[in-house]
Amino acid sequence: MPKITYVSHDGVRRTIDLKEGLSVMEGAIHNSVPGIDAECGGACACATCHVLVDREWTDKVGPPSDMERNMLQFASEVGPTSRLSCQIRATKELDGLVVHTPTSQQSAF
Amino acid sequence: MSVVIVGGGHGGASVAMELRRNGYSEPITIVGDEAVLPYQRPPLSKAWLKGEVDESGLTLRPLQWYVANNVTLRLGTRVQSIDRDRRCVTLADGATLQFSSLVIATGARARCLTMPGANLDGILMLRTMLDADRLKQSMRAGANIVIVGGGYVGLETAASARALGANVTVVEREARVLARVACMPLSKFFTEVHVSHAVTFELNASVVRFVGDTHVRGIELADGRILSCDAAVVGVGAIPNDELAQACGIACADGIVVDAHARTSDPHVFAIGDVTRRPLERYDRQVRLESVPNALEQAKHAAAAICGTAVPPAEVPWFWSDQYDLKLQIAGLAFDCQEIVVRGDMATRKFSLFHLKGDVVEAVEAVNAPVDFMFGKGLIARRLPIVKEKLADAAVPIRETLA
Repeated sequence: MPKITYVSHDGVRRTIDLKEGLSVMEGAIHNSVPGIDAECGGACACATCHVLVDREWTDKVGPPSDMERNMLQFASEVGPTSRLSCQIRATKELDGLVVHTPTSQQSAF
Repeated sequence: MSVVIVGGGHGGASVAMELRRNGYSEPITIVGDEAVLPYQRPPLSKAWLKGEVDESGLTLRPLQWYVANNVTLRLGTRVQSIDRDRRCVTLADGATLQFSSLVIATGARARCLTMPGANLDGILMLRTMLDADRLKQSMRAGANIVIVGGGYVGLETAASARALGANVTVVEREARVLARVACMPLSKFFTEVHVSHAVTFELNASVVRFVGDTHVRGIELADGRILSCDAAVVGVGAIPNDELAQACGIACADGIVVDAHARTSDPHVFAIGDVTRRPLERYDRQVRLESVPNALEQAKHAAAAICGTAVPPAEVPWFWSDQYDLKLQIAGLAFDCQEIVVRGDMATRKFSLFHLKGDVVEAVEAVNAPVDFMFGKGLIARRLPIVKEKLADAAVPIRETLA
């Protein structure tokens, strides 16, 4: 199973095994990784599962869809590698993926 | 010291998570009448019906989370009574559980129809995973499905049934679908979308009888016509499960009455989610909201009150619905609005409807327009006035529509 590592804003690393096809958001929720709220449960409707993809992985993860990019405008601490983790699905190619969680999932205005 | 949570749905599980997140270290017990781990209900009418997720995809937290966090699950049983003086609850099997704080998160149940034939086999509801399983088995390609009730449950089920190749007729008592929960233009829009997907509507139509010997074969309308069907889905609203609270003298009024911090009339008893009637300061009224975000907001408030931690910020109510390729997101409630501003072209299926009181946005209904939704939610919370002409012009960036 692909391994996914979540790095919290204060540098704590947590690595989990994620079944292929599940989302990086689901991996966090099922393993109680803090820093991801996911209020809508993965419907791309709330922007509370924001992560910053580690720079070494941005090419493999790919860019957000138009709707996702639009939703990201309302996440906090957004950077060039920001994604909504409910929209990133685990694949063999993403084995070893590292994502960083922001200090807050409070929406920006 | 311990917390007992009555109800193992999204709200009940969320209270346990919020308590642990706030550092609460005493025992927590969740009593739930369904025999499965707490799960998300919204996908039942959508991804679950279409077979796109399995049970593990709906489960909120795996069993290990409850074990690791010292949260005891008493599933497949229910609380029979609450003794407020002795601060304990009695379960169906006679066991009693002591509490220092009680959280009632019993939700709402699907309203049943009572006309002749309403107990026939093949008349289905949609509230639980078991309901959804039964429904899924009926939705074969070519099956004729009649859906009674054109609310969100009915329309989402219609969209899923069409995706599975079933023939669908929606019967609605009112003159339009979503009559209670959406404005006229949005009702019209969704009706047209469903018609374009070959859903048939019977509006202003009431059901007088279900036809069949043991299994439903049709539905008789007030005008005498019989719509034949292989299964019927009834989605005609929900009733709050507030009987336990009523029985022990906690104030109820079509739902358990709570304050802005999820406290009931008993300071040791909290209530959250669909079962509550809660104040909405932004709109200066008491409402019963049936939505996940509402349950999550109240879960945070109840946990903060129990732990004595900082009061979480008030949130603007919001809802979402997925039908076909459309994502509907609604923020706020359109009470006493004077005007609707349309942003975008409804024909492109990407637009939003802003409900105004003067030049202040009270609610927004956004279809495939998440930016309008997110920004609208912020506008509503802050009561910031906008310039209508700019808001109505989708070429003006939304951030530049402020007055």
